[in-house]
Amino acid sequence: MTNSERKRLNGEAEEEEEDEDDNLNGGLEAWERSYADDRSWEALQEDESGFLRPIDNSAFYHAQYRRRLRDRSLVATTARIQKGLIRYLYIVIDLSRAAAEMDFRPSRMAVVAKRVEAFVREFFDQNPLSQIGLVTVKDGVANCLTDLGGSPEAHIKVLMGKLGCSGDSSLQNALDLVQGLLSQIPSYGHREVLILYSALSTCDPGDIMETIQKCKESKIRCSVIGLSAEMFICKHLCQDTGGSYSVALDESHFKELIMEHAPPPPAIAEFAIANLIKMGFPQRAGEGSISICSCHKEVKVGVGYTCPRCKARVCELPTDCHICGLQLVSSPHLARSYHHLFPIAPFDEVTPLCLNDPRNRSRSTCFGCQQSLLSSGNKPGLCVACPKCKKHFCLECDIYIHESLHNCPGCESLRHSNPIVANEG
Amino acid sequence: MASAPSKLYSDDVSLVVVLLDTNPFFWSSSSLSFSQFLTHVLAFLNAILTLNQLNQVVVIATGYNSCDYVYDSSSTGNQSVGNGRMPSLCATLLQNLEEFMNKDEQLGKQEPEGRIACSLLSGSLSMALCYIQRVFRSGLLHPQPRILCLQGSPDGPEQYVAIMNAIFSAQRSM
Repeated sequence: MTNSERKRLNGEAEEEEEDEDDNLNGGLEAWERSYADDRSWEALQEDESGFLRPIDNSAFYHAQYRRRLRDRSLVATTARIQKGLIRYLYIVIDLSRAAAEMDFRPSRMAVVAKRVEAFVREFFDQNPLSQIGLVTVKDGVANCLTDLGGSPEAHIKVLMGKLGCSGDSSLQNALDLVQGLLSQIPSYGHREVLILYSALSTCDPGDIMETIQKCKESKIRCSVIGLSAEMFICKHLCQDTGGSYSVALDESHFKELIMEHAPPPPAIAEFAIANLIKMGFPQRAGEGSISICSCHKEVKVGVGYTCPRCKARVCELPTDCHICGLQLVSSPHLARSYHHLFPIAPFDEVTPLCLNDPRNRSRSTCFGCQQSLLSSGNKPGLCVACPKCKKHFCLECDIYIHESLHNCPGCESLRHSNPIVANEG
Repeated sequence: MASAPSKLYSDDVSLVVVLLDTNPFFWSSSSLSFSQFLTHVLAFLNAILTLNQLNQVVVIATGYNSCDYVYDSSSTGNQSVGNGRMPSLCATLLQNLEEFMNKDEQLGKQEPEGRIACSLLSGSLSMALCYIQRVFRSGLLHPQPRILCLQGSPDGPEQYVAIMNAIFSAQRSM
């Protein structure tokens, strides 16, 4: 380690020197290996006049996006898959001594906290009717950090606080606690657990197979993201309960893996009985009206919503009314979930030969952003086309449309006489 | 997909995307005539382009059967002086708009039953958002984008989901 210490003191770090020194010493750190193995400077190329050619990232991002789409559609084809939109998710964070490892900079625990914060925001963005709770495992004991709640701020505040790591991790205690907490939720909700596991062992007070069996009977879908290595017990847990198991290779991979849990997973019909759910759509309280809000027990002026059933005042939506228990939402919250129910079909790749057709002169620009689809020298570049309206789009619009917008501009620009539901058939 | 606001310009540089409602069923029964409306809009577009040399304006027409780009101030063909009687902004825009209206009419002429039919706002909103994403991609030095919808036709219930999706996407890109 003396070499690294000297380098840090000197403040300079030439990449070649680092490599040579550590190669001489043997044993590279994981972050040093990314310079030694990746050799990103070799990806640069020069063109004929000696200038550096810019690295084409767009094709790479598009390939990554198509792979994501393919993975997701392995389970769900364009046929309608039932999805659970009202999810009750517990995130179990492993704070055993393995979480203090430094292979994720600055430490596993810090990276996990940061990514869980981003995940919580994304989760509520995509599932506004759902609720999250946080559980930690430290010294072999599982503790509930925050209760199930629909507001991201409460969870994020706790995550940003001090979280120490020590002791062993216990998978069974965590599952027992979560199973007890999830037994109280209504039957139309989907119960899920996401375990972020850093340790390579688990210290359990009893038979974990019994616990897994109980989780299976309570219809809890358990998923695990491992940070060190694959463990049989995690794999078995996920397979039995219908969840997904993945192990993160590095920080960016971890971010990808955790974000995959934000969109609602395909739902098994028997897990949540489909029945009518009573929801209230509260009115905004009038300007200048004064009342005591039921969540903070303080006097508030003006802002707030009034429960339509019991007229109690709540400060923010979505929430459950504290007096009568009615679930209070507003219509944009429901509207945020529609794109899960009415997804747009993936676009087909277009062979470049079609673009040279003189009849398709107008097809040389992307329909969405008017960017030219011809790459340099009037050669047709890569583009995609919507299978329904046959309009052409560039790769970046394809990614934006499928990941954020969820509308095909071409299909929306055509008048259809049938409503949306009949159109998708 | 979010983009931090570009504070590299010392002055306000904006890109305004205007969505013009050209639904003939609405304009035929409106108290304001379409030509008067267009006069005001052209004066507004000229004012924006005069405020700052780097401002950009894009106009998308929201038709009854289709939507299309009608004018883009940053495309090279539109920078010319004009034909002497009208500035090039007006000439190009009016010409493109007329072509668009003719094409729109060809696509279908059925009268709506009952009330005035809606125009395809969701289509033009989606196109505007795609254009703005392209502007975000063009690097750190980009104008501040915004969308102005000039809408007169009533809302169509079949477009609710698409318009809400567009609104949420715009919220996220902010």
